[in-house]
Amino acid sequence: MSQTFGNLEIGDLTGSPARNRRERIVSTTFRITAYVSLLVSILIVLSLVFEAWTFIDGIEIGWLWGDQWAPPFNEYDLKTPLVGSLIVTGIAMLVAIPIGLASAIYLSEYANPTVRKWLKPLLEILAGIPSVVLGFFALRWVTPNIVQNLNADAPGFTLAAAGIGVGILTVPLIASVSEDALAAVPSSLREASAGLGAKRVTTTIRITIPAAISGLVAAFIIGVSRAIGETMVVFLAAGGGGNQAQFTASAFESGTVVTAAMAATTAPSDRLSEGVALQSLYFLGLLLFVITLLLNLIADRFVRKVRMVY
Amino acid sequence: MTIETETEDTDNVNIFEVSDVNVYYGDFRAIRDVSIDIEANEITAFIGPSGCGKTTMLRSFNRMNDLIPTARVTGELKYRGVSLYDKRVDPVEVRRRIGMVFQKPNPFPKSVYDNVAYGPRIAGNVSKGAEMDDLVESSLRKAALWDEVKDRLKSSALGMSGGQQQRLCIARAIATNPDVVLMDEPCSALDPIATGRIEELMAQLKDEYSIVIVTHNMQQAARVSDKTAFFSVEVSEESDLRTGILVEFGSTDLMFSNPTDERTENYVTGRFG
Repeated sequence: MSQTFGNLEIGDLTGSPARNRRERIVSTTFRITAYVSLLVSILIVLSLVFEAWTFIDGIEIGWLWGDQWAPPFNEYDLKTPLVGSLIVTGIAMLVAIPIGLASAIYLSEYANPTVRKWLKPLLEILAGIPSVVLGFFALRWVTPNIVQNLNADAPGFTLAAAGIGVGILTVPLIASVSEDALAAVPSSLREASAGLGAKRVTTTIRITIPAAISGLVAAFIIGVSRAIGETMVVFLAAGGGGNQAQFTASAFESGTVVTAAMAATTAPSDRLSEGVALQSLYFLGLLLFVITLLLNLIADRFVRKVRMVY
Repeated sequence: MTIETETEDTDNVNIFEVSDVNVYYGDFRAIRDVSIDIEANEITAFIGPSGCGKTTMLRSFNRMNDLIPTARVTGELKYRGVSLYDKRVDPVEVRRRIGMVFQKPNPFPKSVYDNVAYGPRIAGNVSKGAEMDDLVESSLRKAALWDEVKDRLKSSALGMSGGQQQRLCIARAIATNPDVVLMDEPCSALDPIATGRIEELMAQLKDEYSIVIVTHNMQQAARVSDKTAFFSVEVSEESDLRTGILVEFGSTDLMFSNPTDERTENYVTGRFG
């Protein structure tokens, strides 16, 4: 039966009302879910800001500067967890960025397809190792074999061991995201470079890495965010598990970081389940949020500046 | 008699001597038993239907197939008397002498200047700023691009039109002062005007360089080349496997006016392919 196309009326082209209604319902549903997730994020930030403000309001400013982070004694020396986080994250990135980037370059530019087919998924599985396992590894193996070899006086709990543990934890993540960025560079650019007589290492350094730079920086930022946010490894290996951590600027001392301090303070105890000690957690949380936000903004600026669009 | 004339004629230097070359990708044989001699300072065109192995043949001249892990070449492929696939040969050295222009313009995401300067820079033989400036200018002039880009050398190459990008790729290839330029369907992504400019350019470059060009466009082969090689696909009756073979090779005039092989005649007259 063939359709006939005579003169049409407007009703012939308006479509079925039922279908239009379905279309509207679907699009409304998606819009609502999008707004809900946005709203939840805003509420989280607002509650952080509110509680952090209550904390600041409820203490004397002098409590924020001292020589230890010890909520039970109303000592909230901010530089203790912040410098701890800086040290741990710094060491972690010193470990994770070179190893992660080198593995990514190997996988993307050098490994033959068979090796790559096996290694890439393996790497992604490694990214799923629970951090508590690495915490123990850092405590039981990294501390005696690496940290105490570097510095014989180092105690059993050190920020250095925690940093190395967090670094190992971050390697698969950085390697995997970096590899995606490198692999996304069109092979026509590699061919052009090779065709001009470039060695593979020259092509990698001069063409592939610059072309992938925005993805690589994103990988590093994800790595840093992961490292700053990591709790368990530091909790176990750095000795910040108690409610009390002395300020230190040395990697070879025990200490705490922002996240571990939060975890320790949350641990149930009559004194701390309410009041300023609890609110101090929100304040730390807000600091963490601001740090990661700034980091992302800086990285975004950097990427805009250096990236080569292909 | 014939031998004498050939030895006396000093222009007739073979840059490539190919005998019984087979190229495999894994178990798949892409081209079979190709033998062909390619002369210096000529434009040699490879024509033929899709899948006939002409690009594969071209890419074995500068060992570009090495980038494909499963690719394998057998037989003898000599470049100016040296066997290209000898174990001691470094493909990087080969590619510094034999440049390549690809099917799709592939400028680096860098400035126009840096694109042209890339080859000389990595070869490390031009260091001084002024010397490099001169080299970039002369390469862009040879590629008939200088007047269009002289005011925007520092801006990104990716902002140019497709035809300009392809001429930039040609400038980039000749900036390393190669012996041979291989071109793999250099005009297939371009409009007729850009194509015309590149064809003019090839005719000018022929004095200095030897050019081998793969093209789908028979009129282009007839217009620009001195010699034409016609490749075709042979389908095995038992296994249904397809393999590229060289059907006929000769002067372009003869290939298009009076081919000896019926398959060539069918192809160039448009009855096949």
